[in-house]
Amino acid sequence: MNFFHYIGQYLLMVKGMFSRPENSKMYWKEFMRQCSDIGIGSLGIVTIISVFIGAVSTIQTAYQLVSPLIPRSTIAQIVRDTVILEFAPTLVCIVLAGVVGSKIASELGNMRVSEQIDALEIMGINSKAYLIRPKIVAALVVIPLLVVIAMVLGIRGGRYAGGMANIISDYAYDKGLLQNFVPYNVIFALIKSYVFAFIIASISAYFGYFVKGGALEIGKASTKAVVISCILILFGDYVLSALLL
Amino acid sequence: MIEVRNIKKAFGGKTVIEDVSAVMKTGQCNLIIGASGSGKTVLMKCIVGLFEPDSGEILYNGKSFTAMKHEERTEVRKEIGMLFQGGALFDSLTVEQNVMFPLNMFTKWNQKQKSDRVNEVLARVNLVDTNKKFPAELSGGMKKRVGIARAIVMNPKYLFCDEPNSGLDPQTSLVIDKLIREITTEYNITTVVNTHDMNSVMEIGDYILYLYQGKKEWEGNNKEIIFTKNKLLNDFIFASDFLHDAKEMRMLEERGKVPPGLDLEGQNPQ
Ligand SMILES: Nc1ncnc2c1ncn2[C@@H]1O[C@H](COP(=O)(O)OP(=O)(O)OP(=O)(O)O)[C@@H](O)[C@H]1O
Ligand SMILES: [Mg+2]
Repeated sequence: MNFFHYIGQYLLMVKGMFSRPENSKMYWKEFMRQCSDIGIGSLGIVTIISVFIGAVSTIQTAYQLVSPLIPRSTIAQIVRDTVILEFAPTLVCIVLAGVVGSKIASELGNMRVSEQIDALEIMGINSKAYLIRPKIVAALVVIPLLVVIAMVLGIRGGRYAGGMANIISDYAYDKGLLQNFVPYNVIFALIKSYVFAFIIASISAYFGYFVKGGALEIGKASTKAVVISCILILFGDYVLSALLL
Repeated sequence: MIEVRNIKKAFGGKTVIEDVSAVMKTGQCNLIIGASGSGKTVLMKCIVGLFEPDSGEILYNGKSFTAMKHEERTEVRKEIGMLFQGGALFDSLTVEQNVMFPLNMFTKWNQKQKSDRVNEVLARVNLVDTNKKFPAELSGGMKKRVGIARAIVMNPKYLFCDEPNSGLDPQTSLVIDKLIREITTEYNITTVVNTHDMNSVMEIGDYILYLYQGKKEWEGNNKEIIFTKNKLLNDFIFASDFLHDAKEMRMLEERGKVPPGLDLEGQNPQ
C-alpha cells in the first residue's frame, strides 16, 4: 500500500515537471548552474576513482593471468572491457549517487523545510519544473560525460600501473587495447549511464522535494536518497546487462 | 476581496481550523490574531492554497479559488505577494537577487529598471547597504524585511504577511505597519496579516479576526476591539497590566470622556 503511494507520488512528480517555463532564460541559468554543480563538483572524485580502478584492475588481472601462453597484451584487453562495461558506468554512478544525490536531496529538502518551495509556488512558479527538471536534465547531460572521462582515465591508469610495476610495456598495452574492440560496449555503457543519471537525479529529487519536518529529516532524506539510488542502480545494471548483452 | 467560507482543516485527525468564515475587503488591512498555535499560519496557507482545506470554499473577487484548476490558480498567484513566517528567502541568492527574483521571472525589464525597483522597495523597508549580503548573514528582523520587499516588488493585488513584525524592534515594527497600511490604501489591495502584536492591531486593524484554538471567536475592527466584552479576547489582547491600563485610557479617549483634570500628554515624564 505504502509502496504504491510512493511510486504514485514519484510518477506524479515526474509528470508535474513538464510545463511551459515561466521564463526560459531563468530556466537556462538554473540548468547551467546545475551542470557546473554536478560536473565540476564531482570531476575530482571521478578522476581519482577511475585512475585507481584502472590501476588496480591491471595489477589484479596480471596476478590472475599466470599462464605464459597468454600474451601480456590480453591484460590490456581485459582491463579495457571491465572498465568500459562495468567500472566506469556503474561504479562511478554509485559514487555519484553519494556525491550528487545527497547534494540534490539536501538542497531540495532545505528548500522545502524553510518554505522556499512554497514561496516559489506562491509567486506562480511551477517549483517542480523550475527546481527538479534542470537537475535531471543536467544530470543526463553531465553524468554520461563523466562516465566517458572515467573510461579514458581508467584505461590510462591501467597503463601507468602496468608500466610502473613492470607488468606490461606501454607498447603491449596499447596493442592490447585495440584487440577485439567492440564499439557496442561503449554504447551499452552510455545507455547505462543515462539510466543511472536519471535514477540518481530523480530519486534524490523525490526524497528531497517531499521532506516533511525539520533539519533532522533532511539528513534522513538524503541518506535514503543515496541508499535507494544505489540499490536501483545495481538492479538496473543487472536488468540492462540481461537485456542488452 | 477575499471570502473565506466555512473552512475546515485537520492534520491526521487533529482539527486545526474549524469552520472559519470571513470577508476580507479590498483596500483594508485584514488581521488574523490569536495565540501561538491557534492556527493563524494554517488558515493563511489554506487561503493561498498551500494547504488544501478539508471542506469549505475560498473566493478571490467572487471566483472560487477552491474549484480552480492548477493553471487558473497560477494566474491568481501571480497577483499574490506573501511574506512567510520564517522569511523563506532563497539561501543561494543575495538580498538583491532575492527581491529581483520575481522581476527576473515575470518581467522583461532591463537590468537598470529592475535594480531601481529593487532599491526602491528595499528602501521602503528601511534596508540599505545589504544588497550584496546573503540571507545567512542577516538578522531575523532583516530577513523579515527582505521577505516583505520581495512580496511587494511586483505590486501584488493581494498581500499576505505572516507575522511581519515579530522579531522586530518597536520602531522598525512601526515602520513596517505604516508601510503595510500605505501600500494597502495606495494601491487599493487586499491585505491579510497574521499578528499577535498589540500595536499592529491598533494601528492597522480595519478588520480583525480572532482565532481561538482554530475557531473564530470574535471579529470586528480596532475600535470595537477596545470595547469588547469577550473574555478570551480581552485576556489575549490586553494580557499585561500595562496594556490593560492603555485600553482603559483608549476607551475614555474614544468616548470623548477624558476627565478634565487629567492631561494625557502630561503623563509623559519629559
Ligand atoms: N504541516 C502540519 N502538519 C501537522 N500539524 C500542523 C502542521 N502545521 C501546523 N500544524 C498544527 O496546527 C496548529 C496551528 O499551527 P499554526 O502554525 O497555524 O499556528 P500559529 O497560530 O501560526 O502559531 P504561531 O503564532 O506560533 O506562528 C499547531 O497545533 C500545529 O501543531
Ligand atoms: Mg504562525
